Amino acid sequence: MPTIQFQLNGAAAAVDADPDQMLLEVLRGRLGVTSPHFGCGAGECGACYVMVGDRVVASCDMPMWSVAGKDIVTVEGLGTAEQPHALQRAFISEQAMQCGYCVSGILISAAALLKRNPSPTEAEVRAALDRNLCRCGSHNRMVRAVLRAASEMVAP
Amino acid sequence: MTTAPAPKLPASLAANPKLSSWVRFTDEDHVAISPGKVEIGQGIVTALAQIAADELDVEIGRIEMIRASTATSPNEGVTSGSLSVQQSGRALRHVCAEVRQLFLAAASERLGVDASQLDVGDGTISGPGNVRTSYWELIGEVSLDHDATAGATAKIAARRAIAGHSVQRIDIPDKVFARPRFIHDRTLPDLLHGRVLRPDVSGARLIALNEAAARAVPGLVAIVRDGGFGGVVADSEAAAEAALKALRKGAAWSGGEPLPNEDDLAGFLKSQLVETTIINTRTAPQTHGHAQTLRRQYTRPYIAHASIAPSCAMAQWDDDRVHVWTHSQGVYLLRADLAIVLKLPAESIIVEHMEGAGCYGHNAADDVALDAVLLAKAATGRPVRVQWSRHDEMSHAPFGAAMAIEIEADLDADNEIVGWRHAIWSNGHAARPGRAAQPALLAATEMANRYPRMISSNPPAANGGGGDRNSVPLYDFLAWTITSHRLLTMPVRTSALRTLGAQGNVFAIESLLDEIAALRGEDPIEFRLRHLHDDRAKDVIRAAARRAQWKPQKRSGIGHGVGFARYKNTGAYCAAIAEVEGADDIRVKRLTLAVDVGEAINPDGVVNQIEGGAIQATSWVLKERVRFDRARITSTSWTDYPILTFSDVPAVDVEIIQRPEIEPVGAGEAAHGPVTAAIANAVFDCLGVRVRDLPITRDKIIAAMELAS
Repeated sequence: MPTIQFQLNGAAAAVDADPDQMLLEVLRGRLGVTSPHFGCGAGECGACYVMVGDRVVASCDMPMWSVAGKDIVTVEGLGTAEQPHALQRAFISEQAMQCGYCVSGILISAAALLKRNPSPTEAEVRAALDRNLCRCGSHNRMVRAVLRAASEMVAP
Repeated sequence: MTTAPAPKLPASLAANPKLSSWVRFTDEDHVAISPGKVEIGQGIVTALAQIAADELDVEIGRIEMIRASTATSPNEGVTSGSLSVQQSGRALRHVCAEVRQLFLAAASERLGVDASQLDVGDGTISGPGNVRTSYWELIGEVSLDHDATAGATAKIAARRAIAGHSVQRIDIPDKVFARPRFIHDRTLPDLLHGRVLRPDVSGARLIALNEAAARAVPGLVAIVRDGGFGGVVADSEAAAEAALKALRKGAAWSGGEPLPNEDDLAGFLKSQLVETTIINTRTAPQTHGHAQTLRRQYTRPYIAHASIAPSCAMAQWDDDRVHVWTHSQGVYLLRADLAIVLKLPAESIIVEHMEGAGCYGHNAADDVALDAVLLAKAATGRPVRVQWSRHDEMSHAPFGAAMAIEIEADLDADNEIVGWRHAIWSNGHAARPGRAAQPALLAATEMANRYPRMISSNPPAANGGGGDRNSVPLYDFLAWTITSHRLLTMPVRTSALRTLGAQGNVFAIESLLDEIAALRGEDPIEFRLRHLHDDRAKDVIRAAARRAQWKPQKRSGIGHGVGFARYKNTGAYCAAIAEVEGADDIRVKRLTLAVDVGEAINPDGVVNQIEGGAIQATSWVLKERVRFDRARITSTSWTDYPILTFSDVPAVDVEIIQRPEIEPVGAGEAAHGPVTAAIANAVFDCLGVRVRDLPITRDKIIAAMELAS
C-alpha cells in the first residue's frame, strides 16, 4: 500500500493506505481522530465534514488519493478547551445543540464560512449550513452561535 | 377521626431504596450521582445534577454524573415518555435531602452544635463560632448503605438556588472540543468490528451463504451464522464492510411479508384484524338534538426515527458472561431480553449505557446490542463493535406507527358541539424490550431458535396510552366516545416514536375544532378558551396568543393557526401558533409557543427541548413519510427520506410559564401535537383548504384543493 502524506490539523501526517479507502475511515480507524462522525456514508448528512484546504468535504466520500499533499482540518484542529475557537465558545454560550452528534460537521461548515465571509448574514449562515442535517431541531441556536462567533471574531 | 396518610417515597426510590445506589461522596471532594435514566440528547443529566447540587448545597461542578449500568445503577426502567425529571428527579431530590440531613446530624455530633444551627455551603458544613467540617470529612461517620425513609423533606421552592435556573449543560464542552463521548467514538483494547447481513425484501429470511469471497477479505476474523442471522467480524470497519459486501453477493433469501399500499394507508389500517377498546365515554346529562354531523378522517404516515447516527453497540464475552455497551433507553430492559435470547441468568450480563445520537424513541439501539453480542461470540473474548448502515437504520429499525383517525362531531343549530366520536386505527405504539415473555430484538426473529416478531401493543391509559394518547378531549364537550382499534397484524415494524399517538390525535382534534370555529365564525382561540376550564391550559393559550399578537391582520399568502394540548392529558401544557406562507408549497415562517411544565428545572433546557420538538414536528408535517413498495422499504437514504434543513427551519419563539411550586414534568414531547395542528390550521387560513393527510406536501395541497372545488 502506498504511503499517503498530508497535513492534519497543522502537523505532517503519513499513512499507508489503499488510495481508494475513504478519508473518514482513515481518520477515525487509523489516526484516532473521532470528531468527524459517520452518519450516512453517502455525503448526504454532513456529520463527517472536514476542511480540505478551504473547502468543506464529506470525508466519508473522499478517497485517500484525493487528499495527498492537502491540508486537512477537523474539529480537533479548531481549538481546545484552553484555547477555544470563537465558534466553540459560541456553541457553548448559545447551548447550541441537543445530542451534538452533528455538531462537528456543523462547526466545520461554519469555520469554512467565516474564513471566506467573516461577517455573514443570517441567510448566508443558513445557506452555508444547509447541507448539514440536524435531527434534534437545534438549528436556530446553531445559527445564533455562528453569528455570535462572527461578531466576536470581527470585533474581539 | 382522620389520620394524615403516611408520607410515601417517590416511586423510583421505593423500587431502589438504598441511598448509596443514588449518591456517593468520592475522593477529591466530588459527589457521584447515579440515576437510572440516561442522556439521549435531551439534557437530562444536567437537570438531575442541578437537583442534586441544590438539595446537597454543593456547586454543580462537584457533581459527577454516573452513566447507567446494570452493575451499579438503580433500575428506573426506560428513559421515555418525558418522565425522567418526574421519576428520577423526584427520587434524587428526596435522596439528597435525606443525605444532607444525615450528614448534618453527624456534623452536629462532631461539632457539638445543634443541627438546626448548621449551614451547608458548597459541601462545607459550618455553624456558630466558626466551627466547620464537610461532607467529605464525615464520610467515615455516615453510612449511606441503608434504605431511604419517607421522612426527609426537600427544600421549599424559594430556597432552591440551582434548580429552576438556567445552567449550561455538562455534556456540551466534550461535544464541541471533540472529546470522545458518543459510543461511536469510544474504543476498547483489541476491539474488533462487526456487520450484520439484513434482507432488502421485508421479512425475507436468509437461507444460504456463499462464504468464499468474504473469506478472502484481508482482516476477516469470522463469519457468523445462526439460522437466518448472518454477519461478519473483522479487524477494521473497512474490512468488515468489505466482507459484508462479499457475503451479500452470495446470499440467498426466501419468503418475505407483503407491505401495504402506501398510497392508501387508511384503507389498509381499516381493513386489518383489530383489537377494539373503548378508551373513554362521556354521556350527556340530557339528550341534545343535533342539526348536522361533521365526519372527518385524518391520517399520518409511518415516520422514521432517523437519528443522525446509525445505531451502535459493543459487546465482550468472558467465558459465559457478557458485557454490553449500548445507547439503549433502558439498560435493565435490554438485559432482560438478552437473558431470554441467550438463555443466561440476568446476573451474567452487564449492560452499560453510553451516549448515542439524539434518540426519539425505540430505535435500533437495542437491536444492534444483540447483534454485537451474537457476533462477539465468535471473537474469543475480544470486544466487538457493531454499527448499522444508514440503509438498515432507515429500513430495519422500528417506525412510528401510521394512523387513521375518524372524528364525527354532532353540531346543534348554532354549530355548538353536542356529541363527539373519535376512532383510531393504528398499530400499537410500543414493542419495547424487557416487558414480555418474548424478546423484542430484531436478531431474535432471525436466529435458528427464533421468536416471532412481537406485535406492538399500547401502554395502558394510566401511562398515557399509546395509539389513544391524547385522544380524550380536554374540552368540555357534552358527550363523547373514544375508540381505539389496534391492529393485530404488523407488516411494517412499529414501536415507540416521540409522542406515540399524541401527534396524530392532537392534529385531528385541533383541526376539527378549528373547522367548527370557522363554521361558527368564532375566533379559534376564543372558541378553545370557552371550552376549557383548566386555568393552566387557558394560560398557555393566552400567553402564546399574546406573544404572537393574535390575530395578526390577514395578508395574502400568509396564514396563522393555533394548536393546543396537554401532553398525555397529565403532562406539560403547550400552545402553538404557526405562521405559514405559500401557495401550493408551504413554508412555516414562525412558531410561537407557550409551555407550562410546572417547575422548569433548567429553563433554557426546557426551551431547547420545545424548540427542538417544534422544529422536528415541522419536519414531520411538511416532509416526512416512510416510503415503500409492496416488497421493501424504499426510503433508505436522506435523499429518499428528506427532513427539514437549515433554510427551511422556522423562527421559534418560546415562553415558559414557570410554576416552581408544581411538580415538574418533561418537555420533550409537548410541542409535537400542538405544532402539527397549528401548521395545518395555518395552511387553511392561508389557502382555504383543509389538508387532513400528513405530510402537508404540494401534492396533498393540490389534492385537497381539487376535492374542495
